[in-house]
Amino acid sequence: MAAVKETVDTVKTIDVDQYKYGFVTDIESELAPKGLNEDIVRYISAKKDEPAWLLEWRLEAFRRWQTMIEPTWSRVHYPAIDFQDLHYYAAPKNTAGPKSLDEVDPELLKTYEKLGIPLREQEILAGVEPQNRVAVDAVFDSVSVVTTFKEELKKAGVIFCPISEAVREHPELVQKYLGTVVPTTDNYYATLNSAVFSDGSFVYIPPGVRCPMELSTYFRINEQKTGQFERTLIIADAGSYVSYLEGCTAPKRDENQLHAAVVELVALDDAEIKYSTVQNWYPGDSEGKGGIYNFVTKRGDCRGARSKISWTQVETGSAITWKYPSCILRGEGSSGEFYSIAISNGMQQVDSGTKMIHLGKNTTSKIIAKGIAAGKSDNTYRGQVSAHRKATGARNFTNCDSLLIGQECGAHTIPYIESKNASAVFEHEATTSKIAEDQLFYCMQRGLDEEEAVALIVNGFVKDVLQQLPMEFAVEAQKLIAISLEGSVG
Amino acid sequence: MAPAVVQMRTPAETALIERFEAEKAGLPGAAAERAAAFERFKAKGLPSKRVEAYHYTDLRALMRQAPEAGSQSLPAPKAPAGVTIQSLAEALAGGFRPGLAMGKAEDVVVDLNTAFMREGLVIRVAAGTAVAEPLVLDVAHASRHGRVIVEIGAAASVTLVETHSGADGVAYSSNHVVELILGEGAKVEHIRVNAAGNEALVLSTLAASLAAEAELMSLNFSLGGAVSRHQSFITYAGENAKLDLRGVTMIRGRQHCDNTLVVDHAVPHGTSRELFRTVADDEAHGVFQGKIIVRPHAQKTDGQMASNALLLGDEAAMSNKPELEIFADDVVCAHGATCGALEESQLFYLMARGLPRAEAEALLVEAFLGEVLEAVSDEALRDSLSARITEWLAARQAA
Repeated sequence: MAAVKETVDTVKTIDVDQYKYGFVTDIESELAPKGLNEDIVRYISAKKDEPAWLLEWRLEAFRRWQTMIEPTWSRVHYPAIDFQDLHYYAAPKNTAGPKSLDEVDPELLKTYEKLGIPLREQEILAGVEPQNRVAVDAVFDSVSVVTTFKEELKKAGVIFCPISEAVREHPELVQKYLGTVVPTTDNYYATLNSAVFSDGSFVYIPPGVRCPMELSTYFRINEQKTGQFERTLIIADAGSYVSYLEGCTAPKRDENQLHAAVVELVALDDAEIKYSTVQNWYPGDSEGKGGIYNFVTKRGDCRGARSKISWTQVETGSAITWKYPSCILRGEGSSGEFYSIAISNGMQQVDSGTKMIHLGKNTTSKIIAKGIAAGKSDNTYRGQVSAHRKATGARNFTNCDSLLIGQECGAHTIPYIESKNASAVFEHEATTSKIAEDQLFYCMQRGLDEEEAVALIVNGFVKDVLQQLPMEFAVEAQKLIAISLEGSVG
Repeated sequence: MAPAVVQMRTPAETALIERFEAEKAGLPGAAAERAAAFERFKAKGLPSKRVEAYHYTDLRALMRQAPEAGSQSLPAPKAPAGVTIQSLAEALAGGFRPGLAMGKAEDVVVDLNTAFMREGLVIRVAAGTAVAEPLVLDVAHASRHGRVIVEIGAAASVTLVETHSGADGVAYSSNHVVELILGEGAKVEHIRVNAAGNEALVLSTLAASLAAEAELMSLNFSLGGAVSRHQSFITYAGENAKLDLRGVTMIRGRQHCDNTLVVDHAVPHGTSRELFRTVADDEAHGVFQGKIIVRPHAQKTDGQMASNALLLGDEAAMSNKPELEIFADDVVCAHGATCGALEESQLFYLMARGLPRAEAEALLVEAFLGEVLEAVSDEALRDSLSARITEWLAARQAA
């Protein structure tokens, strides 16, 4: 087919990796010395002005981590990581507590402008209707540089701040919830994170409050030879609601960088948390050189009765993605949802999915996962649904579909469905297919070129998930899907 | 970094190692294959639940004592025209090579069988032969490491029935392997009935390779044994081959039954269908692990896998792991897995028409399992399997 040939040629002439956010911000940084030992853990803790209990907590995690073995069960392959060859703390200089946006380094502001992240509150007010406002916490390497709309959120009683600030100002909340969903002993990377975590967001929604605006955190890795270890903790108290968005990008570099985050969500009685991610870390070039290793532990605990946690993720970046946003359905009648689009191209490897652990009575969960593999990538859905003996009336529906574009990619599905309870009803279905010739033909006959046709069909394929994203993200995600798949018509 | 974990040998492992050293000189033929297989076992040991393929059936914990040495207890059926039957010992002593149907699959249970196999048969069906009557193999529980190898010539067709039986109240273990090598256009129906004793540890394997245009239907009908695991390793060696793997599992009490299968589409244009139904009562635990592999360039593969489970007892459990591993883009593969209790509305419908609850339940279970039996073309055989289902349900009502 001439069109295919043409596409392939076009792709060859332009750089395959069309990553838009690969620029580097030239800014002076303060770096921790390379390597990982107890002194580094103490250094990070001191930088953050932390109380003794947290340092102790970190050190305990670090000692535990030293006894652990890196897990190898996932379907991803990478050269061994040298944990001593990384900086565990990197912060732009002169960021010590800017009172207002004017005090923030203009270089940083420029970076966020380039990334399209609105940090100036008035700009947002001018452009958009008030109900669509988004409060942003911007995390640059190891520190949070600015958090917007803090005052207004405070009026509603909502706490939204960097976690290091929360440790200082709301220690009772942090101490009560930190590590209760993902314990320090949870897994290799979560334990590492517990020892060296730098910044991330802290959200507390008081009882009965519906958070007046979307909250979002924007993560940016800039410095080379660094790892980012952010920690996010969101607590929705009884009857509250919050929608939280997360975005991430990194510069193009030849080396692989490690990003090992931990996200903990706690939903109490009747509370609802909606957590959306658009993950767009640098995926490496077409040869598989460089890119972020995204090894993340995300877990939500539906602790209260009738609470609800919903994860939505669009995964297009990272050289290797290894994450399973999960829900522990503990409260009676609680429910968990997981909507995911995972797109891999080039040499990317994705091993992602979810866990729905039904512990309480009449708990429900729903999983919709769409994997799209192109190029030479490997895309694995791995999920677990389990019902405890006491989880009577548990209900799960799972649908995971894969789409393959090209002959050199792989798509895999590995679900674990474990029911220890006769009254639990679990349904699981999965399909794998390629874009049907007749669908392509139909679209092209109506004047679309092949890539547009593929994008249209793929957008239809992932529609169920896109619908779950907040408005601002849905548009971005749609564009991302088109970019990710460009040049992969097969 | 912490050193790799070295596991202690269990008493069963130690006993197996000692026994192999003592017995190997007396085992018939295939010395090199036996030694290689045993080395693999020695290196890995019995698989614990940390070994992915044995995640739900922890053989290391379950095999408390090594299986006793076997005796020649696999009587050869009468050979119909066009079929030759030779004892395994004789064939191996004559230089026959076992294990060809395994393809790329490796498995410790099969390795153990290869190392110790003594009793068994090599059956050859000549090309073009249509065997009318089913070949029936009675595998009594004295058979420990039995192996039956069947070579089906081009365009031949045969029905093979294995019946595994054993006495209740005896804690024995068995490890049985059947190899089917299908020639071009060969058609095979294979029905395995597991009616082992109620304290038995039953391990069994079906390894099959399908040449072009070959068709295989294999049904594992399992209701016996305290712990049973049936694994199927199917490899497509030629194009346009068709596979229909089926399973009926009925378990109660504290029975554990595992159906594990790996279907390896190594060539284009293969079709596979898997349909497994499990009924678990009391505290029984059903396991289904199915894996469809589509190798690079195995285009136009069509694979559909379904596992459905009915949990009758409140404490019954089901673990499903239907996997797809796909490296080719022009394929249609799907899997489905469900598990749950009997539908209340269906029960109500039947009870509203005058059936007592127990009978309504039995009717629904029979319908649920009966669908799987439809692929058995021999009517008498199908009826006898249906009768076993009815009998199992009657025992449930009586209890």
